[in-house]
Amino acid sequence: MIRNIWTIARRDLRAYFTSPIAYIVIAGYMFIMGWMFANILSNFVVENARYTQFNYAKGMSIAEGVIRPLYGNMNVIFLFLVPFITMRLFAEEKKLHTIELLMTSPITLWEMIFGKFLSSMLLVATMLSLTLVYPIILYTTGNPELGPILTSYIGTFLLSGCYLALGLLFSAATENQIIAGAMTFVSGLFFWLISWATQSAGPVWGDVFMYLSLISHFNNFGQGLLNTADVFYYCSFIGIGLFLTHRVLDSFRWR
Amino acid sequence: MIQVSHLTKFYGPRAAVNDLSFDVKKGEIVGFLGPNGAGKSTTMKILTGFMPASEGTATIAGFDVFDQPIEVKRNIGFLPESPPVYPDMQVDDYLSFTARLHQVPQDQITRCVQSVLEKTSLGDVRKRLIGNLSKGYRQRVGLAQALVHNPKVLILDEPTVGLDPKQIIEIRELIKGLAGDHTVILSSHILPEVTATCQRIIVINRGRIVAEDTLEGLTSRMKKGLLYSLIVKNPTQEGIEAIRQIDGINTLTATGAQLLIEIKPHSKEIRDQVVEVAVSKKMGVLEFSAEKISLEEIFLQLTTVEKTESEKAEALTKRGA
Repeated sequence: MIRNIWTIARRDLRAYFTSPIAYIVIAGYMFIMGWMFANILSNFVVENARYTQFNYAKGMSIAEGVIRPLYGNMNVIFLFLVPFITMRLFAEEKKLHTIELLMTSPITLWEMIFGKFLSSMLLVATMLSLTLVYPIILYTTGNPELGPILTSYIGTFLLSGCYLALGLLFSAATENQIIAGAMTFVSGLFFWLISWATQSAGPVWGDVFMYLSLISHFNNFGQGLLNTADVFYYCSFIGIGLFLTHRVLDSFRWR
Repeated sequence: MIQVSHLTKFYGPRAAVNDLSFDVKKGEIVGFLGPNGAGKSTTMKILTGFMPASEGTATIAGFDVFDQPIEVKRNIGFLPESPPVYPDMQVDDYLSFTARLHQVPQDQITRCVQSVLEKTSLGDVRKRLIGNLSKGYRQRVGLAQALVHNPKVLILDEPTVGLDPKQIIEIRELIKGLAGDHTVILSSHILPEVTATCQRIIVINRGRIVAEDTLEGLTSRMKKGLLYSLIVKNPTQEGIEAIRQIDGINTLTATGAQLLIEIKPHSKEIRDQVVEVAVSKKMGVLEFSAEKISLEEIFLQLTTVEKTESEKAEALTKRGA
């Protein structure tokens, strides 16, 4: 079971790093992250200086002024980058006919899906671990709270998992990588913006839209709160995405 | 080793495979022969558990293809129509990966890969990217993939497609060498392929089995409609017409100096009559011989029953040329 999942995950992980995909995604990600970090930090310093100058209470904490905007914006970058990570996972196997190899090997569809999900999660984990340099920089000069940093990482990881599950689903549904990528981005963006309808949709549907929104569940993580409801939501989102992926792949066998 | 009974597969309303039943014994090499679109690949995909059948059952190595797919898949090696290779992988990495997929124990992977590289003579390219290899090499990598875990049953869909003549001979020898230890089903629409490698031939057309026999059995079975070749010095139109008039002649096709004469099945002996007419018309008989029926003809006869007389003559002309 575990061995089969790892066999699949290992190959896909290697494919990321033997092709330019991983390097381009990681480099692009780190470039944008670095740009954001530098600007958020300098804005924070300027703002704080102003606060102290005019004697406004205590000013902003690092958690409020740096951590929250930094990791909040990081999610947007993942929304853009995840389609590039997932679009090839199943679409390419279909194009190359290697799906026939996988489907006629003694592994189950679930092992295949978990393996591919794991490989993309590990790539995201690699990307996230590279950003640990920002908290380290903050610790060398200040004394930020640990809580919001930890929960931000947990939240970002889970939220990226949701995007990845969507990506896996659309990659399974087509053999065209561009379509898979575009659909992943559009659907991810939709689950992001779904909360915009909260005001106009009336009390009941408003709550439903609010609950379904991927981003509304991130707020608590950003503030250092680990809420089981949010964790449950993200995990269910991933679970449903992977389940639908399973149904889609299975349905191809019956045509 | 393989039992198939009443297998049927519908694509929409069209039956790609229709009530197919056959058995393959352990260690046998069976050829699946049929024109393109006959249902060979579909049957193979069902046997390998890639797709389920609409009706019927199949068991491989005692396991039901539908109820115990994992056990079945553990016992088979499959080479699909197009080799399922990753262009961005090295040959040996790819084979280790497929060995792992088939749950070869970790400590035996290197040994298995090494031995299959030797068997398929891929040793020289083991460190090359598969994407940079020629079609023939890629096909061999595909075959190596099917063999690497030493499966009991091998299912090969057109294994020698895209290979050059030398490689074809090598691969045929390799497949022949597998008989005994492995049970092999291979499909082909190239006839000499099956003649060269298989002990038994299943001819399939439009999803149905039209014949199932050894090569000798098929050949003798088809001896009924006899074909003769008459070579003359002076093929006059008058002479040809006179021969055509002889009772018992099914078709007569003249190409230059050669007249291909097909005598109706169960006709009375008319060969002497043919020669007599040819001689009396001063055509100058050079040679009169029975054409050895090749697999092509058997194949044509079995799969083109519904063809018209003229199409048949055309096919015979092509064969004669």
